[in-house]
Amino acid sequence: MRADDPHLKRLTPPTLTISEKFFLPQIAAGLAVTAKHMFGVVFKDKAFTVQYPEQQEIQVGQPVNLRTSAVYRGVHRLNKDEQGRVKCVACMLCATACPAHCIDIVGATAPETWPDREKYCESFVIDELRCIYCGMCEEACPVEAIELTGLYDLTGLSREQMIFDKTKLLSVFDVTKEGEPMRFGQPPRPEITPPTALAAPDTTATNP
Amino acid sequence: MLVVIGILIKILVVVGITQGAVAYMILLERKVAAYSQDRIGPNRCGSNLVLPGGFRLNLPFGLLQPIADGAKMILKEDVIPSYVEKPLYILAPAISIIAAMIGFAVIPFGPVGTQAPSGVNFQIAPGVDIGIVYVFAIGSLAVYGVILGGWASNNKYSFLGGLRSSAQLISYEIPLGMSILGMVLLAGSLDLNTIVNYQDGHGLWLTRWLGLPAWGVFVQPIGCLLFIISAFAETNRLPFDLPEAEQELVGGYHTEYSAMKFGMFFLGEYLHVITVSYLTVILFFGGWDAPFLNQIQSDWFSGLLKALVLLVKVGLMVFFMMWVRWTIPRFRYDQLMDLAWKALIPIALVNLVATAAIVELLRSSH
Repeated sequence: MRADDPHLKRLTPPTLTISEKFFLPQIAAGLAVTAKHMFGVVFKDKAFTVQYPEQQEIQVGQPVNLRTSAVYRGVHRLNKDEQGRVKCVACMLCATACPAHCIDIVGATAPETWPDREKYCESFVIDELRCIYCGMCEEACPVEAIELTGLYDLTGLSREQMIFDKTKLLSVFDVTKEGEPMRFGQPPRPEITPPTALAAPDTTATNP
Repeated sequence: MLVVIGILIKILVVVGITQGAVAYMILLERKVAAYSQDRIGPNRCGSNLVLPGGFRLNLPFGLLQPIADGAKMILKEDVIPSYVEKPLYILAPAISIIAAMIGFAVIPFGPVGTQAPSGVNFQIAPGVDIGIVYVFAIGSLAVYGVILGGWASNNKYSFLGGLRSSAQLISYEIPLGMSILGMVLLAGSLDLNTIVNYQDGHGLWLTRWLGLPAWGVFVQPIGCLLFIISAFAETNRLPFDLPEAEQELVGGYHTEYSAMKFGMFFLGEYLHVITVSYLTVILFFGGWDAPFLNQIQSDWFSGLLKALVLLVKVGLMVFFMMWVRWTIPRFRYDQLMDLAWKALIPIALVNLVATAAIVELLRSSH
């Protein structure tokens, strides 16, 4: 674009009024603003501070709708079904989807008394320090067995403590199931459309 | 011998109290920052403290925070980068803190001269006629710490900080010096005690007519304003903290400093704030003068009371400097130079000439 282009929009810096040029009235106005805030905090208890460990906005087991964000991705949990069994069928889809490779599953043949599946997870370990909390595992899971909860205060004193095994992940479910019910009670069955319906020729279409 | 011991004790007391005051000023600064930003600020250190013996202590406002900060400064690793000019690098924080501390030698912490109670003197070096000149000379030495620190760090950000500091010093020493001359002319002396006595007196007809005390802020309002503005620049505090401008220069002149060397720069800055606050109060806010205190009273009790009045005023001034810091954004470098050379220096000159004319008229009319 040339300098004399008619489409060029020319802007002039805003001109200061006399009181702005002298700075002092403006500074006094600014001091009044900060004084108001200081007064508010000291005498009217208007600070926004949350005294964190004593005061928490999110409590364990608090209902989802009371939390700051319903879609927060925190610590994982392994869901249980109605009979208290782990829902995981050891299909490895979450471990495959995981970009951080933090999920380690050892599958085993399901016991005879579990007729609804072939396999179950013998061990299910998530390294919470490797995890990037992207939520791709819960997206990948076909049986809604793994979910991310809203728990955010995840701390530990050693690296070993932060490697969560199956028992720990199931206990996270027990802690959070009240506040955050499973998104699906039953594994969702995809609606199977009969292949004939797709293959059937469209009779309404006219041949040109 | 007794005199020497007395002076040594005085020095120890002053050094101890000012260092402690600096530690608590940092806490105050953080509190002012927090309150003006709708936060609470440090409030953990000292709360729920279990002392040996099962004695529980619950101090409010994080009152032990300064001790934690100080311990941190002392215990941290003192990194000296390999590329620095080592002698100057070590010298710079020392200069900064020494210059800030020897300024206290002539500052009167309470009534001196005719108003002082007998046998006590609130000044370390009493009877220095050119007190103000000495304080200004020492105060401008402090900038060598900044410049040397910036140069010796061998770092572009530090260097820019030092450079800015030297330019700022040249610009602001002039209005700073000229702003007090009006007050000196009116009082007819460079001695701080005489200036306070003048402010305790009856002043000009205008202030008498308005029923105001003859404080510098009323008889020399422009001089007072110029002095406060220049004092902000002199102490490197916002809105004139260009030498350390965190957002542009990382840390400015102290980028390469760590642990107690950084702490000494910090200490120097806050000591300078105390010195400047004392000067402002003594020159322009009546010193130890209060409406209920009389110039003639010179007993022990009123002497201490006057020292307390001075201390309260200085505290308010320190608070004001912090309040301003958390209100105004930093000036741009060219704006700073514009302000100093095109605004402050001409105004200071006009003020000086006008004051001189008025003083001459008053003298000749007597």
